[in-house]
Amino acid sequence: MPVLHLQRLRKRLVSSTAMQVALPIARQCCFNRGLSHVAQNAMTNTTVYVAKKILTMNPSRPEATHVAVRDGRVLAAGDFSEVSAWGDHTLDSRFADKVLMPGFVEGHAHTMEGSLWAKVYCGWFDRGDPDGRVWPGLKSIDAVVARLSEAADALDNPTAPVSGWQLDPIYLDNVRVNRADLDRVSTERPVGVLHASGHILNVNSKALELAGLLKPGVEHPGIPLGDDGLPTGELKGPDAMTPVGPHVGFARSLLDADEDGVRNFAKLCVRTGTTTITDLASRMEPDTVEMMLRVTAEDDFPICLVPLRFFMGLSPEDLIKEVASLKSRSTERLRMGRIKVVADGSIQGFSARLRWPGYHNGAENGLWYIAPDQLGEILQRALAAGLQVHTHTNGDQATQLLLEKFASALQTAPHPDHRFTIQHCQLADAAQFRQAAKLGMCVNLFANHHFYWGDEHYALTVGPDRALRMNACRTALDSGVPLAIHSDAPVTPLGPLFTAWAAVNRITSSGRVQGEGERISVTEALHAITLGAAYTLHMDGEVGSIEVGKRADFAVLESDPTACSPGELKDIGVWGTVQGGRVFAAADL
Amino acid sequence: MTPPLPATVIGGYLGAGKTTLVNHVLRHANGLRLAVLVNEFGALPIDEDLIEAESDKLISIAGGCICCSFGSDLTAALIDLCAMTPRPDHVLIESSGVAMPGAIAASVGLIEAYAPPSVVVLADTETVQTQAQDEFLGDTTLRQLHDAHLIIQSKTDLVAEPQVQAVAAWLADTNPRAAVVAAAHGRVPASVVLGPGNELPVNPHTAHADALFASEVFAVEPVTDPSALARSLADAELGVVRAKGFVRDRSGQRFLIQNVGARTSLKAVAGEAPSQMVCIGRRDQLDTDALARLFSAKCSAPADGVA
Repeated sequence: MPVLHLQRLRKRLVSSTAMQVALPIARQCCFNRGLSHVAQNAMTNTTVYVAKKILTMNPSRPEATHVAVRDGRVLAAGDFSEVSAWGDHTLDSRFADKVLMPGFVEGHAHTMEGSLWAKVYCGWFDRGDPDGRVWPGLKSIDAVVARLSEAADALDNPTAPVSGWQLDPIYLDNVRVNRADLDRVSTERPVGVLHASGHILNVNSKALELAGLLKPGVEHPGIPLGDDGLPTGELKGPDAMTPVGPHVGFARSLLDADEDGVRNFAKLCVRTGTTTITDLASRMEPDTVEMMLRVTAEDDFPICLVPLRFFMGLSPEDLIKEVASLKSRSTERLRMGRIKVVADGSIQGFSARLRWPGYHNGAENGLWYIAPDQLGEILQRALAAGLQVHTHTNGDQATQLLLEKFASALQTAPHPDHRFTIQHCQLADAAQFRQAAKLGMCVNLFANHHFYWGDEHYALTVGPDRALRMNACRTALDSGVPLAIHSDAPVTPLGPLFTAWAAVNRITSSGRVQGEGERISVTEALHAITLGAAYTLHMDGEVGSIEVGKRADFAVLESDPTACSPGELKDIGVWGTVQGGRVFAAADL
Repeated sequence: MTPPLPATVIGGYLGAGKTTLVNHVLRHANGLRLAVLVNEFGALPIDEDLIEAESDKLISIAGGCICCSFGSDLTAALIDLCAMTPRPDHVLIESSGVAMPGAIAASVGLIEAYAPPSVVVLADTETVQTQAQDEFLGDTTLRQLHDAHLIIQSKTDLVAEPQVQAVAAWLADTNPRAAVVAAAHGRVPASVVLGPGNELPVNPHTAHADALFASEVFAVEPVTDPSALARSLADAELGVVRAKGFVRDRSGQRFLIQNVGARTSLKAVAGEAPSQMVCIGRRDQLDTDALARLFSAKCSAPADGVA
């Protein structure tokens, strides 16, 4: 081991030179007495991790075997001799058989994913919870009723509500769930199950009764009536859901982070290799902000949370004022100061705004959630104030409106590096991507959608032509639009590697490849879930790659995503993360 | 049991005059405690001289009225409102410029404490037709107008009379079931927006019936079919924008009739108050003779199919 020996010598030399050069000779002995302490400090200050492979996403050093971490940041990435040139360090070999990547950045998720796990998972697909338990998907209504009943039996209070989430009748032959089904869970306590789309809530008779709706003569387009003239228990759309929601545990405030929810959300991040993540539509009530500041500051909180202020409830002028003030209160792990606007609804809910020829099944065009003039005003004021806006557009008409309003706002309030981001942007065509590129906008496409609803879009909502181009990652990149891809958790499960898999393969849940021409390479997809997403948040100088000066955020993987077949990308195991130099093992959560 | 809280949804695109109308109604509330719900506190939702106090989420207005912003949760705001003491007499919901007022009304109707609200949509005489052709807003504009029980044609002072007439005809054609009234600067009697008060008979001469509007009270003979009578009132030829009152059928059962535009509602009620109807409409359109004939007809044989 002559080489190692030499390394050690050189290290000592470097360290003693650095530490002692300024010290008077007379104090040498004192210093020597304290040397072990100082040296220990120096060693704990720098940790060198050795890994099977490190994919840095840094083009000047794409692959490495060692990464040195000091003060929560990357000091060096390279081979051992290169990184150890910085002096004393602790060599940590716990990742010796792992592959490190930059910690994943999820640019469109909601902390609600964490809050929902306090309720009963009723989805069709297997899904892992924050504690690592995988809940098997439920393949029938009977199975849903059984799982809800089990949860009801575990409750002490006989009238406490039971709430389930992520029911997706599309996979259950579109069966209509009615209150009689949920009355089998309980007739004494209110029971409610939210659909995966988030647009329909099924409730039992007790819940209807508590809301005063178990009566004849209810007139509402979102509340179908049964043969008996009473509501069936299906509540379609937010308008129909809100009067009953609070009785079954689905208050509107669910959109806002709660403390347990944030902690659960953070655990899911560790399990999926995610170290920086958005909470894309928070009302940022004062209590919520205080809670987020407190929780994210805890020593063992494992993520950097980026909440965006939802635009509703304030005039554009007050919105800008409030968000600017929030921005100034940002911390290392809580980055505030961005705005989320929602322009239209969802495609599968037929509330997205489509251009000609509209919905494939002939449904009426969707809804605007913001007046065009108000959108223009928010964009312009935000540009002038130097605050970033992320705008949700699903339909191509909503995207067109945003592009036009943004073009004119940008002329009035020019900003050379705004990175305003179009979120979802699912139906955009090539011309719209070219226009977005010209305007300097970024897109964050909903890659997971192909898998979960691609078949539905092909057959029902928008038809084959537009289903093939949905979430056009290839076109976005070819047009020069900075690209991120997302899960929109809880709409689909958080999992950047799954999202990358979805963008690379474009496979639907029935196993068809839909829109082959819009697939991107593994390298491009890995870029999208790291630097790409970081770029949309103006955080690419700080996270998204493993290189000197950046935060020491790593996704610790069991195998190499660039070495497996693209079809296996989603199956790569995640050991945990390193965030700001702190190690988080999923197994220890 | 507390009677259901009446509400009015006010719709229409930005700049159509919703805020102006709300302020006008607040000024002429005639002692009613109004609660105004707005999507957000924009640039002065309430005229400054009406404001008594202002906090984050509530503006106190002269005469015991209030204004709250509901942000993204209208239902919660409405439930909070009816828990207030004293309870407001009437709730005005000013919807956002792109919201579907009918959908809002349907949601309000789901809350037990509320009566199904009437829908008033503002149409800017200068721009509504252009807007109905707009690539982005056309269908939204038309859907808003379709939702209306009452369309208030605003900014009539900014265009020539023939244009006002042409737009009025177009509005009536676009939604034949709605009553259409023209008014500059939101100057319509509060009773047109809110419906006639619960205290009947009202004195038409104290109701700020400005020169343009008339509010007439009629005695009503017992009828064979109260529901047919209610539907007859919706006949556009009569010029009735709103009607409210009590009638009896031949058996002596008493009914409450409330009309706005072509929307009629009929409810069997107890009580002894005299059989009277209040009809409100444009002075130049309200056919008082025909109404008097209708109400005095010994046997109001239903003109079936009117509705």
